[in-house]
Amino acid sequence: MSLDKATVAGIAHLARIKVDDDRLETMVGELNNILGWIEQLDEVDTDGVAPMTSVADMDAPQRQDIVNDGDCRDRVLANAPAAADGFFGVPKVIE
Amino acid sequence: MSTLTDLTLAQARDKLKSREISSRELTEAHIVAMEDARDLNAFITETPEHALTMADAADARIKDEQNGDKIGPIEGIPVAIKDLYCTEGVQTTAASHILEGFKPQYESTVTANMWKAGGVMLGKTNLDEFAMGSSNETSYFGNVISPWRRTDDNAGQIVPGGSSGGSASAVAARIAIAATGTDTGGSIRQPASFVGIVGMKPTYGRCSRWGIVAFASSLDQPGPMTRTVRDSAILLQAMAGHDPKDSTSVNQPLPDFEAALTGDIKGLKIGIPREYRMDGMASEIDDLWKQGVKWLEDAGATCVEISLPHTKYALPAYYIVAPAEASSNLARYDGVRYGLRVDGDSLEEMYEATRGEGFGDEVQRRVLIGTYVLSAGYYDAYYLKAQKVRTRIAEDFRNAFEQVDAILTPTAPSAAFAAGEKGDDPIAMYLNDIFTVPASMAGLPGISVPAGLSADGLPLGLQVLGNAFDEETVFRVGSVLEQAAAFDARPAKWWGDKS
Amino acid sequence: MSDTVKAPEPQLIQGATGDWEIVLGLEIHAQVVSNAKLFSGAATEFGAEPNTQVSLVDAAMPGMLPVINEVVVEQAVRTGLGLKAQINNYSVFDRKNYFYPDLPQGYQISQFSQPIVGEGIVHVELADGSVREVGVERLHLEQDAGKSVHDLHPQQTYVDLNRSGVALMEIVSKPDMRSAEEAAAYVRKIRSILRYLGTCDGNMEQGSMRADVNVSVRKPGDDLGTRAEIKNVNSLRFIQQAIDYEAQRQVDIIEDGGAIKQETRLFDAGSGTTRAMRSKEEAHDYRYFPDPDLLPLEFDDAFVARIKADLPELPDDKMDRFQAELGLSHYDAGVLVAEREIADYFEVVANGRDAKIAANWVSGNLFGLLNKDGTAITDSPVTAEQLGGLLDLMADGTISGKIAKDVFEDMFATGKDAATIVDEKGLKQVSDTGAIETMVDEVMAANQDKVEEYRGGKDKLMGFFVGQVMKASKGQANPGVVNQILKNKLSG
Repeated sequence: MSLDKATVAGIAHLARIKVDDDRLETMVGELNNILGWIEQLDEVDTDGVAPMTSVADMDAPQRQDIVNDGDCRDRVLANAPAAADGFFGVPKVIE
Repeated sequence: MSTLTDLTLAQARDKLKSREISSRELTEAHIVAMEDARDLNAFITETPEHALTMADAADARIKDEQNGDKIGPIEGIPVAIKDLYCTEGVQTTAASHILEGFKPQYESTVTANMWKAGGVMLGKTNLDEFAMGSSNETSYFGNVISPWRRTDDNAGQIVPGGSSGGSASAVAARIAIAATGTDTGGSIRQPASFVGIVGMKPTYGRCSRWGIVAFASSLDQPGPMTRTVRDSAILLQAMAGHDPKDSTSVNQPLPDFEAALTGDIKGLKIGIPREYRMDGMASEIDDLWKQGVKWLEDAGATCVEISLPHTKYALPAYYIVAPAEASSNLARYDGVRYGLRVDGDSLEEMYEATRGEGFGDEVQRRVLIGTYVLSAGYYDAYYLKAQKVRTRIAEDFRNAFEQVDAILTPTAPSAAFAAGEKGDDPIAMYLNDIFTVPASMAGLPGISVPAGLSADGLPLGLQVLGNAFDEETVFRVGSVLEQAAAFDARPAKWWGDKS
Repeated sequence: MSDTVKAPEPQLIQGATGDWEIVLGLEIHAQVVSNAKLFSGAATEFGAEPNTQVSLVDAAMPGMLPVINEVVVEQAVRTGLGLKAQINNYSVFDRKNYFYPDLPQGYQISQFSQPIVGEGIVHVELADGSVREVGVERLHLEQDAGKSVHDLHPQQTYVDLNRSGVALMEIVSKPDMRSAEEAAAYVRKIRSILRYLGTCDGNMEQGSMRADVNVSVRKPGDDLGTRAEIKNVNSLRFIQQAIDYEAQRQVDIIEDGGAIKQETRLFDAGSGTTRAMRSKEEAHDYRYFPDPDLLPLEFDDAFVARIKADLPELPDDKMDRFQAELGLSHYDAGVLVAEREIADYFEVVANGRDAKIAANWVSGNLFGLLNKDGTAITDSPVTAEQLGGLLDLMADGTISGKIAKDVFEDMFATGKDAATIVDEKGLKQVSDTGAIETMVDEVMAANQDKVEEYRGGKDKLMGFFVGQVMKASKGQANPGVVNQILKNKLSG
């Protein structure tokens, strides 16, 4: 299958990346190229094969239910581009 | 004091311990080298003052005889850290505009382990943006230049490989005794091969990923970049270990990696995978590989041909899995909590402008591919299919390791290339990782050892792959290869102060 | 629960083109009771200063990784068992990808295709006694989002991540409900079960339980209509209001020739209406995939069995037992089991005593005073043991039922034991026949004419004499003894 410009623009929006129109054209070609190359995977017989969930053959470790983190607002906000009154600030959202 | 920068990690360690040299003089020598080598653009952030403080602390510990047994395994050794590792209070960028100026309030587990082991941080090395690249040409902070040049073109800039290109160049140019890298599809091994050093990717789960900027979570693995296999073993020892903060970190006792370097591989069976003999592969690569087989056989190993039937599909599967994970891992760079924010009239505009300006072309390309292959209607055809192929690839290796103890392959299909040479064709660039990606997809350990020079005078590496959590055999075979190859070429100094 | 009970009638909306049936499904988000968050060690307490219960993991700093909280896993399994649901020994955490400022990772860790709990069943009883069996589709674990505050700054939305990463159980029902009342009763029942289990505190005001309501309408017998999802409704009353409004809105649209858009809507409590959410206008594509930072969650049958062995008695079972073994009415049993705290209180009062009397006192006198004061039963000034003590004084004849009511009010006001109050106020019932005989004699002497009338056959006057004696005794005479002595003397 082949992506058109509108589809790529839609993907870019889904990924929240602004791609200028001229670059969008180039991107369409590049993405189609890569997807076309990827399609060789169709040659592999994967009937009845389980998808890999993890390369590590182990059980999920679990943490104890202990409060041993948090309470570090200064560190949490230290790099924020816009923090005020202990909050992160973003442009006004209308729900 | 150039000889200080020629010391291997093992040599420096011994001289420090015997107090023949101090960490301060060793560190100062490397700081001079670092400042002298800015032409290579190997560092994004230099931390000389930090380094000297750490060096003095190391010297104090070494001097205190009472504390003799508290001296760490890399006490006083100046190392460079790939700028993907979060370092407390020191800018960490992932070579991306979007993280420019970000100062983590925490230290990655691996670097914390290293500082506990006595390491001294020289600075943060350049890399491909978010570790996405094979030539270190995607960094927002500019290309890294290899210290190597072709014999017939003394002016042409050569790429150091990627994504750990800054670390590779720094170690090859004797700026750092050792460095950390991260390997997702070959980002330690391929640049190591390109600059003639040793690069080791441990088994997935051996080193903690906590505090390392994530590219592709199921593939990323930190590892050492050094000039010898012994140094590699020493540094991995300092980096590795179980971390309860990383759910994928394995809780297994850490072997003594240096002790694995017995030099004895008699009776070992080494697999030579026929699928790695690709059409159109440069004959010098094939010749080097054959030479490697001979070296190992001369040392008493038996080399047998094996088959890893799905090798060819590892790379396209990787280019689904890695971008898919990356598209999600990079969603947190949204201009809200840290890093770049480009203002917009609405939240949406802020997001799109921030990420549009903050991410470079290659990162955008991969995020878009990843977004697409996960999107409704395409998940099964792409992502699920790739994860099934991945199961096949892992099965191939499992079958192989029932017959053999290790596998020998070339590290990369070619020597390093000139900057810009593959710039326009992403797929041509991706093919650099064709020999390193399969083991990444299966989570297996691998090492690249410098083994020879190409016709135009650039380093070439051979790769040894091992079974899961059998880094010891990888190191053991790697060191035998290293001894047999006796690679002692080094780049002629063209940068900085020529005196 | 008995299966002879009838199922409720659907709530129908009368439209111009005939009757419409409402079809409802609910997604209840219940905050798991745990000290720390689902994947980090930050606290979960309600009401902290903004961003003070946020770890670097919750703020999605680069390189931060999740590790699951073992207690949350137990709580999910416990809840699944309480819903009589399938427990899945193997489940997977997925990433649900979307951008929003209160979602720091840019994805929510949730469970999509392989949840920890599968299908279960909940019985929901309505006011008329009819019972609806509501299917539970699944229960999965997921992270809560942070909070966006829109009204603190004119140009900015403020983000507080204290809730970010708190463990939620999302309990998804089948589209089995047919009226707003059923939906509310379902939420009430789930809340009750969760509170019995101790897996969610059920506090809807603080947001530890909230519901997304899926509403559609159809002509009875037709296929399911297109649904609208009303997000985050946080009270039983609002749930009913939202459903009533939304169902009518949909009927009006369809009857006007329009079509229902599948969309996410918000309930506005002020106007009692719903409106489309602007921020969710575009079609979402969540790009779910297994979280590569987490391994699949696996446990063995023994783990489940251990939790099962420790399960408390749940409301349905308690209801049956209260009726069968304690002889309570269906109604009384229902009132007493609705909340675990009430049932616990009642069981202490009823222990070793007459259960019906205990039930009357708890649901009558106690509830009366608690409601008047707006006090929760857990804060009752009269403990269950104290109420039991009062009932004991009635049972052994120390005080009469009438006096007991006064004593109880005193107990409620002062927190003192019944015995203390009876002693202090000298309220002990008089059963001493000598003293009562004297009082009877005095009353008879003062009412000679009435005595004659009684003896002449006017039996009804007995009540008058009892009343007079009780009055003379200031209510403390034992009415039984008074009756007996009066009867003897009057007939003599």
